[in-house]
Amino acid sequence: MSVLEATSVTKRFGGLTAVKDVSLVVNEGEVVGLIGPNGAGKTTFFNCLTGMETPTAGSVLYKGSQLPGRPDLITKAGVARTFQNIRLFNNMTALENVMVGRHTRTKAGVLAAVGRGPRYHREERESEEKARELLTFVGLGRVGDELAKSLPYGDQRRLEIARALATEPGLLLLDEPTAGMNPNETAAARDLVRAVQGKGIAVVLIEHDMRFVFGLCDRVAVLVQGEKLLEGSPAEVQSDERVIAAYLGKPTEDTAGES
Amino acid sequence: MTAAGSSYRRAVGSQARVVALAGAVLLVVGSVLPWARFSGFPGKMTLAGPGGARIGPLLLALVAALLLRQVPGSARAVRAASTFAFLITGLTVFFIGYSGGGADYVNAGAWVALAGALVYLLGGLGLDPSRPASSPPRSLPDAPWALPAEWLLTAGSTAVALYVFVHGLGIQSANVGRPNDVVIRGAISINALTNDGEFLAFLLLLIGLALVATRLGLLADLSAITKKHPTVFLAAGMIAATAFPFTQNGNGYALRIAASIGVFAAAAVGLNIVVGLAGLLDLGYIAFFGVGAYVAALVSGSVTSTIHTHIPFVFVIFLGAAVAGLFGILLGAPTLRLRGDYLAIVTLGFGEIFRITANNLDGNSGPSLTNGPNGVSNIPDLTIGSFSFGDNHHFLGVDLPFQANYYWLEIVVLVVVMTAFLRLSESRIGRAWVAIREDELAAAATGINTTRLKLLAFALGATLAGAAGTVDAHVVKVATPDSFTFLESALLLAAVILGGMGTVPGALVGATILYLIPEKLRFLQDLRLLVFGVVLVLIMRFRPEGLIPSSRRKREFHDDSGGADALSMPPGHGEHMA
Ligand SMILES: Nc1ncnc2c1ncn2[C@@H]1O[C@H](COP(=O)(O)OP(=O)(O)OP(=O)(O)O)[C@@H](O)[C@H]1O
Ligand SMILES: [Mg+2]
Repeated sequence: MSVLEATSVTKRFGGLTAVKDVSLVVNEGEVVGLIGPNGAGKTTFFNCLTGMETPTAGSVLYKGSQLPGRPDLITKAGVARTFQNIRLFNNMTALENVMVGRHTRTKAGVLAAVGRGPRYHREERESEEKARELLTFVGLGRVGDELAKSLPYGDQRRLEIARALATEPGLLLLDEPTAGMNPNETAAARDLVRAVQGKGIAVVLIEHDMRFVFGLCDRVAVLVQGEKLLEGSPAEVQSDERVIAAYLGKPTEDTAGES
Repeated sequence: MTAAGSSYRRAVGSQARVVALAGAVLLVVGSVLPWARFSGFPGKMTLAGPGGARIGPLLLALVAALLLRQVPGSARAVRAASTFAFLITGLTVFFIGYSGGGADYVNAGAWVALAGALVYLLGGLGLDPSRPASSPPRSLPDAPWALPAEWLLTAGSTAVALYVFVHGLGIQSANVGRPNDVVIRGAISINALTNDGEFLAFLLLLIGLALVATRLGLLADLSAITKKHPTVFLAAGMIAATAFPFTQNGNGYALRIAASIGVFAAAAVGLNIVVGLAGLLDLGYIAFFGVGAYVAALVSGSVTSTIHTHIPFVFVIFLGAAVAGLFGILLGAPTLRLRGDYLAIVTLGFGEIFRITANNLDGNSGPSLTNGPNGVSNIPDLTIGSFSFGDNHHFLGVDLPFQANYYWLEIVVLVVVMTAFLRLSESRIGRAWVAIREDELAAAATGINTTRLKLLAFALGATLAGAAGTVDAHVVKVATPDSFTFLESALLLAAVILGGMGTVPGALVGATILYLIPEKLRFLQDLRLLVFGVVLVLIMRFRPEGLIPSSRRKREFHDDSGGADALSMPPGHGEHMA
């Protein structure tokens, strides 16, 4: 069964069509790459999937049912994401960041929090245990009590992944997970994505690092100027000259999407 | 710091220590000699009284002994000590001369002390002002007596806090029992100032000692120790708070002030949920407090109430809280979609609407409900069962005036509000609030229903304010529109910021300071807004995290790795989401 089935997603900003008629299917356990030059509409496509933008047209199904229109409900349904320009809760500790990710999977309300019965304590303890497990899983087991903002850049990206995993997603969307990383960190990121895949979570990742994409993904889709140019196995995409033209033919002036 | 400061330090060079020590010795000698040739300032000048006028400079001069042994932070501690020693000495000498009627009335000791203080200050300013490398809080050695010693320190610190509070309250204010000739309209009255000089000296001594302790890292050590024993700390705090009325010898004045501080603090803690945790700027918070007060006033059985009913207070406190909470939801639901600045404007408007409405529901310009500007007065004393809060009591050989009843009630309310705040802030809900404050978009993407949680914070803050309001109505016995102006909202906000956003002790300290200072320093009354403005600017400049910050916020401001700025918008504000 397909985890994600996006059909003809279109997003227009005034006169600009950032995403045009893009369809994408992600199957269970797959890692799918999304590549394309700057400003191609990759992030906007993610935003449409996660409710940060409302698509102008098109439909998005998650495990066969329509996704709700609000970011928190989409996360609750099982689609989690990270951001291109890291968005952590800077003045919370790493552990707290991940525990926030447990929000949709826990229940305690105001009365439970003030009353603090045994149920509350159990839930809180479980949250913390799960969060610590996830920190260890992404390789941050030792820095749980550090403030998110004081972590090095690579660790911040991993912390964002841990926070997303804490929501227990079936599909994880990673927006440029290796941006700004050194080769060692990139290698660790590759192992991390594989480990996520090993948990049975499907992954879609946006990347500019082609070696990373082609070495890791089961399938790769290419987005150019909002349209899906082609989709295929890494080998197919790598050898397609339209892809090469799309990258080489684009002078670097086209970086408006960066922020 | 400034160029002038550093060139002065270079000129004084290594002599600074010697100069400071010499000044300190002179100051010690001066402070034990007689200061005044008459007994008029505001009481007889003895070593111990009035306020800290003489003992203060003496204590602060002794701090100079730190220079003999190079303790980390000693240079900055001595700088602070010398500054405040000079301030206290200077002010006191001026007041003695002023109330005596000339310099002749100032005795030799005061002159010696003044000269000593000046030399001390000059030496102190020449010391190296750089912050020593921060080190983790020290702890007691690992010995069998360490645990009881830590308990003792923990309990002792609350006892000291109680003593300072009691002593500060006990200092007579200029206006108590005096005609109002001391306040000259629109200007600082020197007469009133002299009368308040005692409290001022005490306050300066307190600030000076607190600064010295902070710079030596003693406060950090102490707070690390108290954090290790939260139960002991809480128990000691509760005992101290409960015991307070027994220290008053049947005098109700300080108890009334303490009860009012308690009400103010409870409201500040409630506001801290909205502002400190969820990061929502609410400028009309006092309106919710007012709603609670009016609800309580109307159903109190007061003869001036337009609703001639009497509901037992046990229910009223919940009723007032619920009505205020309802107003919170009504206001919050449509407005919480707005970002920070807009929310501030809407809440500001709501505060005014509440006041104006309360002014107009007098039966002439609107339905008859609030008696307009006259408000609901003559609110009768509380009764719970057969116990009347208006009765004096005699217990354990101590006279307890009726104000003690209200004081204890207020302590109960404050404890409930504080518990709610502390438990919430450490829970799933509290983490979600902080996440929203940090980055609303990321919070939504992490599965938080941001609109609902913001509304929850807003409504909960309103509910707590409403509860505090019902108590306030019975403490002050009247509810009028004029008690719920924008100024009050601003003061509550100032209390939260001054004390430290997001912490309970911060809100308590902030509320106490902001309530007590205008109460005690009457000469400032007409200038109190100006003074608060200046104080807030100084706090923002020198200690932006507040007096008692949460550990989180402290790092936020004094951590050079990140560039967070408390008052700036959260990240992602209006920018496109990439
Ligand atoms: N909220 C918005 N309003 C207007 N235009 C937008 C908005 N978001 C994105 N765009 C535009 O849509 C286009 C696609 O942007 P997007 O960020 O999706 O590109 P991208 O493929 O992620 O690029 P990059 O690789 O640089 O991250 C860009 O031209 C961008 O300026
Ligand atoms: Mg992008």
